[in-house]
Amino acid sequence: MQSRNNLILFILIILVAVATYIALPIDHPDWFKKLVAPHQKGPQALTLRLGLDLQGGTQIQLEPDLPAGQKATDEQLELARAIIERRVNGLGVSESLVQTGKDRIIVALPGVDDPDAAIETLRGTGQLEFVDLGKNPEGLGAGDKINTTNGPAEGATSDKTYPTIMTGDKLKNVDVRRDPNTQKPYIAFELTKEGSEIFGKYSGENIGNYLAIVMDKTILSAPVIRAKITDAGIIEGDFTLEEAQNLAIQMKYGALPVPLNVVDVRTVGPSLGEDSVKRSLLAGTIGVIVVLIFMFAFYHLPGFLADLALLSFVSFNIALYKIIPVVLTLPGIAGLLLTTGTAVDANILIFERMREELRAGRSLPSAIEAGFSRAWTSILDSNLSTILTGIILLYFGSNFGASVVQGFAITLIIGVLVSMFTAVFATRTFMRFIIQYFAESLKGKLSWFSV
Amino acid sequence: MYDIIKHRRWYYIFSTLIIVPGILIMLYSILTIGTPFRLSIDFTGGTMWELRFSQPIAPGDMVEFFHSQGISDANVHTIGDENTLVIRTKQIGPDEKVNLMAAMEKQFGEKPEELQFRAVGPTVGKEVTRTAFIAVIMASLVILGFIIWAFRQVDHPVRYGVSAIVAMIHDVLVASAFFSLMGFIAGWEVDALFLTALLTVIGFSVQDTIVVFDRIRENSRRRKGESFEVIANRSLLETVQRSVATQINAMFVMIALLLFGGVTIRQFIATMFIGMISGTYSSIFIATPLLVSWNNGEGLFGWFHRGKKKQTKKTATA
Repeated sequence: MQSRNNLILFILIILVAVATYIALPIDHPDWFKKLVAPHQKGPQALTLRLGLDLQGGTQIQLEPDLPAGQKATDEQLELARAIIERRVNGLGVSESLVQTGKDRIIVALPGVDDPDAAIETLRGTGQLEFVDLGKNPEGLGAGDKINTTNGPAEGATSDKTYPTIMTGDKLKNVDVRRDPNTQKPYIAFELTKEGSEIFGKYSGENIGNYLAIVMDKTILSAPVIRAKITDAGIIEGDFTLEEAQNLAIQMKYGALPVPLNVVDVRTVGPSLGEDSVKRSLLAGTIGVIVVLIFMFAFYHLPGFLADLALLSFVSFNIALYKIIPVVLTLPGIAGLLLTTGTAVDANILIFERMREELRAGRSLPSAIEAGFSRAWTSILDSNLSTILTGIILLYFGSNFGASVVQGFAITLIIGVLVSMFTAVFATRTFMRFIIQYFAESLKGKLSWFSV
Repeated sequence: MYDIIKHRRWYYIFSTLIIVPGILIMLYSILTIGTPFRLSIDFTGGTMWELRFSQPIAPGDMVEFFHSQGISDANVHTIGDENTLVIRTKQIGPDEKVNLMAAMEKQFGEKPEELQFRAVGPTVGKEVTRTAFIAVIMASLVILGFIIWAFRQVDHPVRYGVSAIVAMIHDVLVASAFFSLMGFIAGWEVDALFLTALLTVIGFSVQDTIVVFDRIRENSRRRKGESFEVIANRSLLETVQRSVATQINAMFVMIALLLFGGVTIRQFIATMFIGMISGTYSSIFIATPLLVSWNNGEGLFGWFHRGKKKQTKKTATA
């Protein structure tokens, strides 16, 4: 029993040390990042992510703009999302997020410099180009970004600029068909009269060269020209039927499969965000320090141990935010601070119980064990009710498209779970350790336990 | 042993004296503006635009500027200092916003710093209002179910659940009335954060109540000879120190957030603060006394006991 407690204490100390190390605002070595957060990649791994309200930025909700009674299909919405995501990536905003939810597309652009220009780019109709890659010496293919004579690309794969032969407005029709023999899907397209002239001349002179079909400067496909194409042609490739359909739709609609309307914009300037971070840090620090003093003044030795548990509570929470990762928002910080209250409440429940047992004349070790076991049902029941509320908030927040509500709910749930670990489990381990080694010297010093 | 329970009628009266005026404020609000609170653009749709200039700008000038741009419903006031303006108006589209910004630069001789911009379409607002209602009702039902489940081994678990919910509604009404009042005094508007505050109050209110009920459950098992009233009172006294200590701690954190935490979450924290004080009060002075009143069949609760009284009479005569 005693050696077991020592082992638990040892593991606990290591866990707290690791959590504190993760929580520190430093650049952790790469091997460490891979070890504790293998699911995160890139320079953002294991950093504390701040929401729009803390670092500034824009969140936009786009809704299909269709006549009353009509609804966009899930496929259309998903395709529109993919196209928007490509445009967002073109903006070069790190940590941007594009997701669909409830018939809407939600775009988050944290830290974007010019939100208005960014919104303009997202809403614009995408540009389809047919680009001459020549013999394709650089081996470019789908997904690569290229500069064209029609305009430069952001973050282009190659420094070269390739000539644009024609743009998507000269397409008349695009279809997906299957080869009757091999059943392989291919794309058939028809050109306008003007398009036929341009394309006929180019393809006739460039048989064997690569032709890139480019959307918003990103190559969708780069087939080889097999024959002269005038009014109609086909594109073959190793497509699945779905890929071919997607490509066809993108070619056909220029960009978005449905027109989109901006229904919700939330922009926070960077200075307001910075101000919020400073203020919450100050408020949080003061709040926690006051609670630390209060616990020590009220409960003496156990209070001091609870303070240690509370400090590790903060470390564990921040470490978890970095590992999961959780995007920290202003209400999220409020959630964290409120759960420090929950953590302390668990300790108060235990210590009050302990006091009662000591006053009733129990010995110190048995009073401590009784305090923990008797308080446990109250702690569990009350925390479960808070977690239930948190889950409802989380569900409600996802329906809402409101990251503010979700941010609060997530830190609330994590905080309550962690609080049961630190306030109950960790504090008990500390207490048992103290009792084990200092039982003799603590005899008759019940004032140390605020009795 | 001090008897808290004995004075329960006074607590009922006290709470009534708080809640009835609160409801009247909300009714008055419904009569004047159509809703119990001032609703933010999250619910109604519209634009909130916070701009900081390098020099003081009179709100009237800004209203006039918007008027000249064909927007007649702009409502402008300063926030923090005289350089920072908050403009509220109908939903402004992205293109319209770019034009407004350019015109503003011309009119006022500088491009203001954009602190915040929020534009919500009317359909989004409607949807938010609906989900908000569902969320609060769902939270209440789930918690009611949870309490009935958690106290399933006690006699009359439904009484515990219902008493906890009554205390919870008490706290929601207090927090809502406070917010409605602040709407008249300081122009506070209900937004997504207010709902979050309300749901948190619900969570913590029930948490406080459960701690007391838990003690009642334990004491009823250990002290079979005592009357329910004595057990309830004993449980209250045994947990009151915890309730107060916890409340003081939570207050410290929230006061720190109120004083230093920034304007953006001030209404959120203040609502939570009022709600949590009410939560601690109601767990001691409402939830548990209600349980006793119900058990004794007092006043309205007599209705629940009419079947039983008849039964006992019958068995007595038989």
